Amino acid sequence: MAETRTLGELLVERGVSRRAFLKYSSYLATLMALPPSAAEAMAEGLAKARRQAVIWLSFQECTGCTESLTRAFSPTLEDLIFNFISLDYHHTLMAVSGEAAENARLQSMAENKGKYIVMVDGSVPMKDGGVYSTIAGRTNLETLRETAKDAFAVISVGTCAAFGGLPHADPNPTGAVAIQDIVKDKPVINIPGCPPIPDAMTGTVAHILSFGKLPELDDLKRPKAFFGETIHDRCYRRPFYQRGLFAKSFDDEGARKGWCLYEVGCKGPITYNACATLKWNGGVSFPIQSGHGCLGCSEPDFWDKGGFYRPLPTPLASVREHVTEAAAAGAVLGGAAAWLARSSQNAYKSETKKSEEA
Amino acid sequence: MDLLEFARGPALQVSLAIFVFGVIWRLLGLLLLPWRKDHSAPRGTAPYAVVAVLQANLRKMWPHKTFVKATVFQFVNGYVMHVGLAIVVLLFAPHILFIKSLFGVTWPALPSNVVYAVGAITLFSLIAGLLHRLTSPVLQLISRTDDYISWLVTLLPVATGLLAIIQVGARYETLLALHILSICLFFIWFPFGKLMHAFTFVLSRGATGVRFKHRGAEL
Repeated sequence: MAETRTLGELLVERGVSRRAFLKYSSYLATLMALPPSAAEAMAEGLAKARRQAVIWLSFQECTGCTESLTRAFSPTLEDLIFNFISLDYHHTLMAVSGEAAENARLQSMAENKGKYIVMVDGSVPMKDGGVYSTIAGRTNLETLRETAKDAFAVISVGTCAAFGGLPHADPNPTGAVAIQDIVKDKPVINIPGCPPIPDAMTGTVAHILSFGKLPELDDLKRPKAFFGETIHDRCYRRPFYQRGLFAKSFDDEGARKGWCLYEVGCKGPITYNACATLKWNGGVSFPIQSGHGCLGCSEPDFWDKGGFYRPLPTPLASVREHVTEAAAAGAVLGGAAAWLARSSQNAYKSETKKSEEA
Repeated sequence: MDLLEFARGPALQVSLAIFVFGVIWRLLGLLLLPWRKDHSAPRGTAPYAVVAVLQANLRKMWPHKTFVKATVFQFVNGYVMHVGLAIVVLLFAPHILFIKSLFGVTWPALPSNVVYAVGAITLFSLIAGLLHRLTSPVLQLISRTDDYISWLVTLLPVATGLLAIIQVGARYETLLALHILSICLFFIWFPFGKLMHAFTFVLSRGATGVRFKHRGAEL
């Protein structure tokens, strides 16, 4: 609900030292590729900021994004950033609260009009009046429009919210669309991933809190700090790619030696995300380090790009059938052309012979 | 559907189909034509036709000594360009993957950095070839639009491939899509322009060899 104390005051109450707070601000600033001077500005900004009201809506999703965020527990101040946030409403976490939760959402919207942030995970079904996903008897579309109307900004968390994700995959039976396809009059930030990296979520929120504005975004509305480079650019297996050393399968010698996974379908070269630098589980590992190629989960329509194990430079589908038909057609036309030429030559010969005889 | 999906999907399917259709049409149309018979008695030194074909193809790989001085640049540059293209097309890991997806066969790749260097040399060679064509009065006289289009559709895959590697001008996926689309353009133009010489040069040299040798002429 509406918070009067600043974050700095809250931190002092919780026994967080200024040194620890500055350290965390430096970490966040580094994470977002901000200049060193920004760390102090970020600390100042965060200290003066008031708790940010956040309303979290969950639509057509698997709860993986919420899992990613809530399990991003760290003994450092990282988890505290969510103490900075007044999470006034969360569909999934408050599901059992029923009507009380819905009232909390409406109350927060009224008290923080124009200031609250809406975080959304999941896509919105549009087909058949949106009946494929309803909460408290209302369609996701109705809830989103109502909630986003007076928001400061909308953050689409996860690939489903950002680009439609799995529900949007062909044949898209529910007519699922991304949040940015519906919310047109508010700033929208996409933090895609299946699930997204927790640091990308917390870092983005911290940026808004610190500087009162949105971070720099790419053409897909993703924060450049986390989605500015491809997985391939920062992959520790990149030298093997340069040397032409590739795993041919997941259990061959190349795979055991940790060679590049490009030939077994890694989508790292076309996937913009920070997995290779921030990694997962407190910086322990990321999919490629665990021996599996990147699926490209932070890119639009990653489910429909020809298969996770189809290498990038190959056609999306088999071309054999089309090529066989084309070869047959070419053979018929070539044969016909030669036959016509022969017929024409024979006709010419017989005419010449006749005229000679005459 | 984004640009890369379009390039890897419908564009590749259609262009490969046109390529195969056109090549088979032209080759069969050519090979099934009636063969011109030479009714004259062959010279005593005339070899079998197959031998004459081989001799002519080998002999024409380097100019006659009379023409070496005048044509050495285009021969050397031609070799640099063709060998460079062969290395880039056949020995770069992503290209081998592409070929494997079509024919199911594979072979070892060269280190990517080596292929990048060869690609750059091939690009310069292509540009040098064009400059030579534009500055040579004889080549200017015999050059047609087909020559320039064939040059362009050969240059574009090399140039876009190199751009994709160094990631200049656009994001990698856009450059990769442009690279694949430029290859599609190459496939589409190939059967109908002078690029078809990749198949027909053996036939034309062979036919010349057979006729020359039949008459006892030196190649």
